Amino acid sequence: MSKLNFLSPDKNNLYTYLYSGISLFSLSILIVFLNSFFSLDLTRFLPGTISYFLPLIIGFIGLHLIRIEYSGIRFLDIINKNINTNKFNAFLSLLIIFAVIKSMPPLLSWFIIDANFAGDSKDACSGSGACWAYIKTWFNRFMYGMYPNAEQWRINLSFIALAFLGGVGFFASEKFKKYLTLYYVVVYPVIAFLFIFFFISGGPIFFDFSYGIIAAVISIVIGFFIPSKFKMYYFLIIPITIYILLKYVFFYEELIELGKIQAFEWVETGAWGGLSLTFIVSFFCLIFCFPVGLFLSLGRRSDLPIIKYISIGFIEFWRGVPLITVLFMSSVMFPMFLPEDMFIDKLVRVIIAISLFEAAYVAEVIRGGLQALPRGQYDAAKSLGMGYWKMHILVILPQALKLVIPGIANTFLALVKDTPLIFVVGLLEIVGMLNLAKTNPEWLGFAMEGYVFASIVFFIICYAMSKYSYNLEQKYKTER
Amino acid sequence: MENRGITFGYGFLSQESSFDVQFSLIEYDGSHSYFRAYLVGLLNTILVSVIGIVFATIIGVVVGIARLSNNYLIERTAAIYVEFFRNIPLLLQIFFWYFAALRALPLPEKAEPIFGVFFLTIKGFFVPAFVWNNLNIFIYSIIAAIISIVFVRLYSKKKQENQGIQTPVLSISIGLLIILPLLSFLLGGVSASIEIPVIEQLSQTSFTYIGGLKLPPELISLALALSLYTATFIAECVRAGVQGVNKGQKEAAASIGLTPNQVLKLVVMPQALRIIIPPTTNQYLNLTKNSSLAAAIAYPDLVLVFAGTALMQTGRAIEIVSITMLTYLTLSITISIFMNWYNKKIAIKEK
Repeated sequence: MSKLNFLSPDKNNLYTYLYSGISLFSLSILIVFLNSFFSLDLTRFLPGTISYFLPLIIGFIGLHLIRIEYSGIRFLDIINKNINTNKFNAFLSLLIIFAVIKSMPPLLSWFIIDANFAGDSKDACSGSGACWAYIKTWFNRFMYGMYPNAEQWRINLSFIALAFLGGVGFFASEKFKKYLTLYYVVVYPVIAFLFIFFFISGGPIFFDFSYGIIAAVISIVIGFFIPSKFKMYYFLIIPITIYILLKYVFFYEELIELGKIQAFEWVETGAWGGLSLTFIVSFFCLIFCFPVGLFLSLGRRSDLPIIKYISIGFIEFWRGVPLITVLFMSSVMFPMFLPEDMFIDKLVRVIIAISLFEAAYVAEVIRGGLQALPRGQYDAAKSLGMGYWKMHILVILPQALKLVIPGIANTFLALVKDTPLIFVVGLLEIVGMLNLAKTNPEWLGFAMEGYVFASIVFFIICYAMSKYSYNLEQKYKTER
Repeated sequence: MENRGITFGYGFLSQESSFDVQFSLIEYDGSHSYFRAYLVGLLNTILVSVIGIVFATIIGVVVGIARLSNNYLIERTAAIYVEFFRNIPLLLQIFFWYFAALRALPLPEKAEPIFGVFFLTIKGFFVPAFVWNNLNIFIYSIIAAIISIVFVRLYSKKKQENQGIQTPVLSISIGLLIILPLLSFLLGGVSASIEIPVIEQLSQTSFTYIGGLKLPPELISLALALSLYTATFIAECVRAGVQGVNKGQKEAAASIGLTPNQVLKLVVMPQALRIIIPPTTNQYLNLTKNSSLAAAIAYPDLVLVFAGTALMQTGRAIEIVSITMLTYLTLSITISIFMNWYNKKIAIKEK
């Protein structure tokens, strides 16, 4: 048996070091644990400062003693490799462990032990913990805003139906897979729009908007049968013509009357709110900002100077200003430029503003992908005789978009996180509803519970989105 | 526009504003012009952006390096912090700090002093202020120190390129920064006294602190939320940058006999910075633009003072919104030009 040297533990006398080290380490954790959970101070007999730092010193010595390289004990090696590589790491590990143990009791007592779950008024919440009864009472408002209680099934039904229709892609058989892109880009948004229009709104709010969408869909469908020589002009002229025809010639008043299904009560957009409004705004902005951003990014790389500089100016403008001023603009400045008899709904204005704003960011992300492609890809596509659109749709974009999935996902996440800003124009989604509930005289003083609740909701949504984008990235990853 | 009876013009900027602002860096009250109100808002925006950028960079770099630690606990803690704070909307975080966390602070009369001189209360953070004599000489001494540091750096770089000898620039710089201001105290007649905030009773139940510097809770919560939120993104940039440096570079550097510190300073960091700078610039820009969320908690920034109060009073929506947007555009472009210059400076110089 060789001499014991406690300053540099080694493999001889392994177990002496091991037992003394582990017992010191466990002792330090036990002291902190008893102190924080049961308010028992084992080191009360020592003066204040020393008793405060004692667990740290004991634990540090303990970790020092078990820091033996290649001990041959698997568990010990894993510990040493992961939390105990050197003195500094040991010190930090101890701090983190103690901080976690110390913060457990107050957190647990606030969240669960002292919290109030039952009851439906402020009086039920007397404890020192959280008042979850507050969330329970207001839950309906946080989810649906001021939407009438009796009509809320319309929102639920729409969301369930849309989720179901959105999930069709997972169950599609091989035969239909090639139509999926068309489905998601053209058909699905229209269905979603119709659901929101007929079910959730039930009124004439979106009408102007719906003419536009109908015009776009009809022109795309006809577009497949037009010779490619005229396509460029076609896509500029026809949609506008159809839109004008629809709006001013065919059905002016009649369709508005048609749009109202008598069975449904019309709920104006001012009453929409809560988490469902977050979803509606995010959903539409996601749908609109992507194609706009795609065209902007192509425009920025165009050879035609006019298109190029217009795109650059547009992108740089939107990227340079904060979203809150854009929303200000859409609410106070934009209506002044409209003809007097024309009125565009607040929600529609917000959706357009956010879509344009995020489209600039999407454009920059996609440009990154386009620039990352080697020149050879463009040259090869051109040498096969492909035109501009064919080259981009078949060769360039599939590769470029694949590269920028993480970037696009980040932009979409930013979009979802930006939706609370619509409080500027007076639309109250979940954060806005929280602020409203907070000022209710019967429920004063529960700001913390509300914000914690909303944080958890947003965390779940955003974390799920980021994990999904990560999966998507892995799925489409190709060796290059 | 005409048929709504709206006229267009920027003449209103010189009119008397007749509203008051809670917190301003320059002297301001209702008798000043709207242009002065604009300046107050702009300076407040710049103030909170600078504070946010400084703290976000510090936290971001520390957390980014912690994410690369081989200590499992540290790596996980940093990861949880990043995942948690970046997945919650910034507005919600600002509300949380302002309405929930800072509201739990004690009233001024019940506040416990921190180190005897700092008072963290529900009405704001009261810190001691310096009262200076001959402040200009002190500032000159700091400027002189900075200029001499630049020269020392240039000289040492030249020396390294010509002779391969390294000078300890960092310790010389720190020495200069301490010695020159110290000399100004000893020889230049500069003196400073510290003014500690003292509690004073305004009325039966209302207390406040007199003297010292007051940081309003709006500023604290905004700066806190902005820096904690942006730091998560900067941390990811730093992590990507350091991971992006080829492993072979480190091994090659070690094999020619550089010490670990030298490897980090001379080989890894210059290459990592090239990857880190562009996305970090974007984050700085985002932070500056996000500072406009101040309007939600009534911190008197550009949006609240100018696009809020001034707009309500004058009703000149087009002028005011356009000025506000132009200001933010200018701020963004200034930051991006500066960072592009810096980026170009450290980029690979291809021969």
